[in-house]
Amino acid sequence: MDITSPAFKTNASRAIGDARLQAALVYTRAGFQEKRLGAVTALPEFDALRESARDIKDHTLAHLDLYLEAYEEKVREAGGEVHYAETAQEARDLILAICRQAGAKTVTKGKSMVAEEIGLNEHLEANGIVPIETDLGEYIIQLRHEAPSHIIAPAIHLTKEDVEGDFRRAHTDLPSGRNLSEPASLLDEARAVLRRKFAEAEVGITGANFLVAETGTSVIVTNEGNGDLTQMLPKVHIVLATIEKITPTLEDVSQILRVLSRSATGQEMTAYTTFSTGPRRGEDPDGPDEYHVVILDNGRSAMIGSEFQDMLRCIRCGACMNHCPVYQVVGGHAYGWVYPGPMGAVLTPTLIGVDKAGHLPNASSFCGRCESVCPMMIPLPKMMRHWREREFERHLSPTTYRTGLGLWAYFAKRPRLYRWATRLVARALGNLGGRKGRFRRLPLAGGWTRHRDLPAPEGQTFQEMWAERRRP
Amino acid sequence: MPEETRGPTVGLFVTCLADLFRPSVGFATVKLLEDAQCRVEVPAAQTCCGQPAYNSGDREDARAIARQVIAAFEGYDYVVAPSGSCAGMLRVHYPALLADDEAWAERARAFAGKVHEIVSFLVDVRGVERVAAAFAGIVTYHDSCSSLRELGIRDQPRRLLKTVAGLKLAEMADTEACCGFGGTFCVKYPDISNAIVEKKTEAIAQSGAGTVLAGDLGCLLNIAGKLKRQGSTVRSRHVVEVLAGMTQSPAIGEAAD
Repeated sequence: MDITSPAFKTNASRAIGDARLQAALVYTRAGFQEKRLGAVTALPEFDALRESARDIKDHTLAHLDLYLEAYEEKVREAGGEVHYAETAQEARDLILAICRQAGAKTVTKGKSMVAEEIGLNEHLEANGIVPIETDLGEYIIQLRHEAPSHIIAPAIHLTKEDVEGDFRRAHTDLPSGRNLSEPASLLDEARAVLRRKFAEAEVGITGANFLVAETGTSVIVTNEGNGDLTQMLPKVHIVLATIEKITPTLEDVSQILRVLSRSATGQEMTAYTTFSTGPRRGEDPDGPDEYHVVILDNGRSAMIGSEFQDMLRCIRCGACMNHCPVYQVVGGHAYGWVYPGPMGAVLTPTLIGVDKAGHLPNASSFCGRCESVCPMMIPLPKMMRHWREREFERHLSPTTYRTGLGLWAYFAKRPRLYRWATRLVARALGNLGGRKGRFRRLPLAGGWTRHRDLPAPEGQTFQEMWAERRRP
Repeated sequence: MPEETRGPTVGLFVTCLADLFRPSVGFATVKLLEDAQCRVEVPAAQTCCGQPAYNSGDREDARAIARQVIAAFEGYDYVVAPSGSCAGMLRVHYPALLADDEAWAERARAFAGKVHEIVSFLVDVRGVERVAAAFAGIVTYHDSCSSLRELGIRDQPRRLLKTVAGLKLAEMADTEACCGFGGTFCVKYPDISNAIVEKKTEAIAQSGAGTVLAGDLGCLLNIAGKLKRQGSTVRSRHVVEVLAGMTQSPAIGEAAD
């Protein structure tokens, strides 16, 4: 996937001007925010559960090597295989090799952000294998050759009219006079089209919400049931997941599940929570003949012990972006790579470099709402600030901004000089803008006055007036 | 300020925005503190809380400013600011910023314990239950993000506003949403900031209030600037102006008649 994060500002401005996108983004508030609030309010112990979920992940990260080994052993005992990939390239190659071994021409896929992260579809296509996304949102954006714009609602940037157009374009074998005006009719059509594909695929690839060390189980949560068909029908099931998905026990999983879907969609549980342990056993009525788990690092182990370790607690619920004022106006594509919103602003720089993703941790008003709704209590603003520190140290921020900041700091560290300078500024601006009480335009304040007036100072500084009042 | 007043001595952290843009916010704060039996002092050696540096990744300058503020204010019983954002910086972030500085870590922690945002100080520390002020009209209250989420201030301003004679409070929708100011954010990403504040001014307009109040001048300059640009008649004031009964001066962004 092309990285457009360096053009974040342009992307954002374009998104803000896109009326269709803005209409689609309204759902983040009306849908996600209100539903989450309802679910959370109905569970008085929600905050205690968040703390417990945080502690489980912190404990796991502190002993990740042990839990990874235990997990691997359990998967082998159940007849599955575990493959480790240090880089995206290694993961792609491993998956391609398994697909080739299985003689695959068609691969069905459950929704996986890690597959997006490693560019799996492009790689499979380039090697003559057809990947078919089976999550409705992913299916829609695959038809459009787009990237997901949200980690749990990949097509949230689209309206139902957009989807109708895509289906008419793609499903040319269906009668042109059919009624696709309702979301339900769109869903039925996608379901019918995908049913055929499920039967064709030789390999099914899913992500994982959890990898359970205690049992060697991979867990996915879905609402469409597509994940089950993806992993049950083909003869080979590949699970693609990153190292931090390891969770010690089933008890721990059930604990985290209680905060996951409430935070994501406001559901108590998703419609499907699927536990898979190894390939089909002799007595099983169905299931794959082979079960592979590809565990990807891609820079994550380097986050352990760094100021970004807490990010590895993330369970990808999307609550941070659903409540982010910036995400709500720019949408997911503006962020320019796989992970949008506050979690993307922290994670993306570790994965593609802060030189490319530098805008992301800067484009935050630090309103803190992401942290306040995060089920894993990840201090997202604090970590964005750490990225800004790294950028500052590496002189990556724009020169004019650094110069301005340096000048301001020079005065701010010299109170006497500062008092003198602010007196002059207050007087000058007070005189200039006093008649109207505000400025429509002002030199060097274009960033402010492009969109809003600048209220004029009253004319004297408080310090000056206070000193006058104190004078005997 | 009568010498015989017995009560705690409060160091007023004026905030750079009140100092430069709106001294009347400073004087309203002084009045409220004095009405709550506090002795108010205003150290001259104050400039800004350091957030522009801190939030731009410039830790060194942020630390230098933090040490300067602590040295100037640590002698007072309390440190009070008419801003949730600056109070949050002093109270929550200074200890984090200086945690690794042996000479300052403890001083920063002790100092942080004395810092309060003005309205929460009046209600939570001084036990103020009502104010002797009048304001005719419908107001809506904007929660600044740092007041709300960093300092947990939500009820205190509303409680005092309800005791202002003639005032009616009409809540706007989505009170937890940011106004898009964000300090340097609003000039670094003006288009995004604008798209956010447009939602806020729409919510304000929908509330039916004639005046929007808030506890942070950053938010207020942003909101007032947008309302004025949109030609709105809604006025913007710092909440202390109303609580202190000092609403004679023009509202933010307006000229004297």
